Amino acid sequence: MISANVRFVGRFSLEFAQTVGRCCLMFWRTVWGKPHDKLFPLFIEQIFQLGILSLPIILTSGLFIGMVLSLQGYYVLVDYAAEESLGSMVALSLLRELGPVVGALLFAGRAGSALTAEIGLMQSTEQLASMEMMAVSPLKRVIAPRFFAGIVTLPMLTLFFNVIAIWGGYLIGVSWKGVDGGAYWSVMQGSVEYMPDVFNGVIKSVVFAVLITWVALYNGYYVVPNAQGISKSTTQTVVVSSLLVLGMDFILTVFMFGT
Amino acid sequence: MKHSKHLVIKNLCFSRNERLLFDNLCFEFERGKITAILGPSGIGKTTLLKLIGGQLPVDSGEIIFNGNAIHNCSDKELYDARKKMGMLFQSGALFNELSVFENVAFPLREHCKLDESLLSILVLMKLEAVGLRGAKDLKPIELSGGMARRVALARAIALDPEMILYDEPFTGQDPISMNVLLNLVKQLNQTLGLTSIIVSHDVNEVLSIADNVYVLAEQKIIAEGPAHSILQQTDNSLLQQFLLGRNEGPVPFHFQCDDFF
Repeated sequence: MISANVRFVGRFSLEFAQTVGRCCLMFWRTVWGKPHDKLFPLFIEQIFQLGILSLPIILTSGLFIGMVLSLQGYYVLVDYAAEESLGSMVALSLLRELGPVVGALLFAGRAGSALTAEIGLMQSTEQLASMEMMAVSPLKRVIAPRFFAGIVTLPMLTLFFNVIAIWGGYLIGVSWKGVDGGAYWSVMQGSVEYMPDVFNGVIKSVVFAVLITWVALYNGYYVVPNAQGISKSTTQTVVVSSLLVLGMDFILTVFMFGT
Repeated sequence: MKHSKHLVIKNLCFSRNERLLFDNLCFEFERGKITAILGPSGIGKTTLLKLIGGQLPVDSGEIIFNGNAIHNCSDKELYDARKKMGMLFQSGALFNELSVFENVAFPLREHCKLDESLLSILVLMKLEAVGLRGAKDLKPIELSGGMARRVALARAIALDPEMILYDEPFTGQDPISMNVLLNLVKQLNQTLGLTSIIVSHDVNEVLSIADNVYVLAEQKIIAEGPAHSILQQTDNSLLQQFLLGRNEGPVPFHFQCDDFF
């Protein structure tokens, strides 16, 4: 029994070390050295695929989350006659936590899974192998533009998410519940600071973007080349990147807001 | 300087998942000739092409292409060597999101800075060579298996390679497609002077166009020589079983397992 457990731990540790090593090596070979000649147009195309096509889900979710946040906040604050602080509560919650985290989770579900499925299918139908045989590096031609586009796209999506959510909060708090509009904006303006709130939120979303995009690309590139393998990799991308986002959010929050 | 032996493989050993696939194999591929590598399914023929293309690392041995070792060269040298090789994958491996025209244009766009009109002429010439100029606007999903393989062949010769590797080019083809592909391979070899390596288990078809043949079985080369002499090696029971398709003989049909009872 004990030896079986030891064996399990040993095997798990070895597999984990192997995965981390392979992941780092793939990252190094993707970003190091001369970039692909057409990196910029390929990058722009991926901005469309990952960013523009994710906008509907980001904006819709942002609107509803802002509305719910405002409604719940109003019910609590109104008991203390502090409903004029609604703008501050909505904005700080969104900028510091909800915007980057929920935006990242949505990005993992929408764009991360699509990336894994796309790369996985290319791998299993030998498209990446054929590219290699045409003396074109798939890491530079396929992986790198998607990676850089992911890093740029998620922070932008997060900003859109925050803007629409704050507007959703305004709709509920001011237009429906009758909180004073001037107070909503002025309290928000007074409590939100650029560096600790807005900038830290952007830093968080950049870190989440690196994690999600890389997990998605790695899982696609090292897919088991069959239907079940692609399905498993896609699920793994969403699960692993979501857990990484939540774990990393805690660590970043401790460093950013802990003191 | 051009070597008469376009590709030489010396003492190649390779194993995968602790299963030995090649045990000390040696090959010589002559420039401008069609060499066939025959063998039963699962013997590692496709793996051999991947080793030649540098997509897999060898366990030991040497792979010398045009006088240059490609088994332990740098990425840049490997990519330079690959520009002189074309490979026709068993599945075709066409890019699904691109049209037939763009698939064939892909290697040209990647490696040559050509004017669009010149590029168009080159692509249409390659498609004409495989009889699919009229299909230039179709997507790979709209092609039959045989057509997809011909498009893949046009793409493989787009950069005018010196050597082309064919992975099971005739598998699953109807008699007409098979004949068209056979003629194409032969024509390309004769008109462009390509060195061709065909991996297959379609014995009769391959022997009809090959100059030299290697037959693999049980991790070794069991027969080699000019195509016309292979059929005459009647004393080789392994070879005879494979060539004549007998289920009884030294090559087992059943995968190794315990007795049923």
